[in-house]
Amino acid sequence: METEFTPFASLAGGVLIGLAAVLLMLLRGRIMGATGVLAGAMLPASRYDWTWRAALLAGMFAGPWVFFALQGQLPQIEVPAATPMLLVGGFLVGVGVTLGSGCTSGHGVCGMARLSSRSFASTAMFMLTTGLTVYALRHLWGA
Amino acid sequence: MRTLWTFFIGVIFGTGIAFSGMANPAKVINFFDVAGTWDPSLAFVMGGAVVTAFIGYRLVWRRAAPIYEPTFDIPQKTTLDARLLTGAGIFGVGWGIAGFCPGGALPALGTLNTQVILFVLALIAGMLATRFVSSALARQQSPTSAAQ
Repeated sequence: METEFTPFASLAGGVLIGLAAVLLMLLRGRIMGATGVLAGAMLPASRYDWTWRAALLAGMFAGPWVFFALQGQLPQIEVPAATPMLLVGGFLVGVGVTLGSGCTSGHGVCGMARLSSRSFASTAMFMLTTGLTVYALRHLWGA
Repeated sequence: MRTLWTFFIGVIFGTGIAFSGMANPAKVINFFDVAGTWDPSLAFVMGGAVVTAFIGYRLVWRRAAPIYEPTFDIPQKTTLDARLLTGAGIFGVGWGIAGFCPGGALPALGTLNTQVILFVLALIAGMLATRFVSSALARQQSPTSAAQ
């Protein structure tokens, strides 16, 4: 399945993601990691802790609708994986980000931006295994 | 007020994800499919996000403390361990299979797309199962420290 190369939209999106990370640090002193925000919202340390995570998540859900307001359509979501594989993938992502203390936003963006050696190692590792998995599924298994 | 501002930070993040293409598994998987239908867009997402955060963090850290909290809460650990690398490795396999990462899927949940909902439910199941198993293992290995 081909997708269109979108350097400008992707760069603008990336800058907004980075800006959100900076603002969260400025206002709340926290790392903008989707894994940490979600985990802490499900198992909050306190009511105060739950409130900011829930507010952040609620704001995130509004993101596609801001896109809709500006573009007249919702962002494209095409899932190549069949449902059972989607569920297996989701479960593995959940296991991996919990063991590895973070995902693309926490390690890949915030961690690399603060030059954390753990985040560089984590990002290198998950980029590698994602690439290998895609290659295996698309070119070895599917071929 | 701070809750409202935090909500707006979520809106900025979610809007960024929507424009970036990170909420679209077909696009994410194509970024990694260098040998096939390669779409390099996500390098621009990562570049834009990391450079913005790198510069912005340094400006923010000139302050003694964040605006609404007494201290910055930043991970202090610097040691690489097997748990970090194993976790990252497993995450990558899951990301390659499903095409969603947590930061891409959570804003996409706002569209109430069935596949996104299914992914997030499986994600939560994986997160809770891992927490449960690792805390059970920790209790088994050191009953005294768990009791403290």
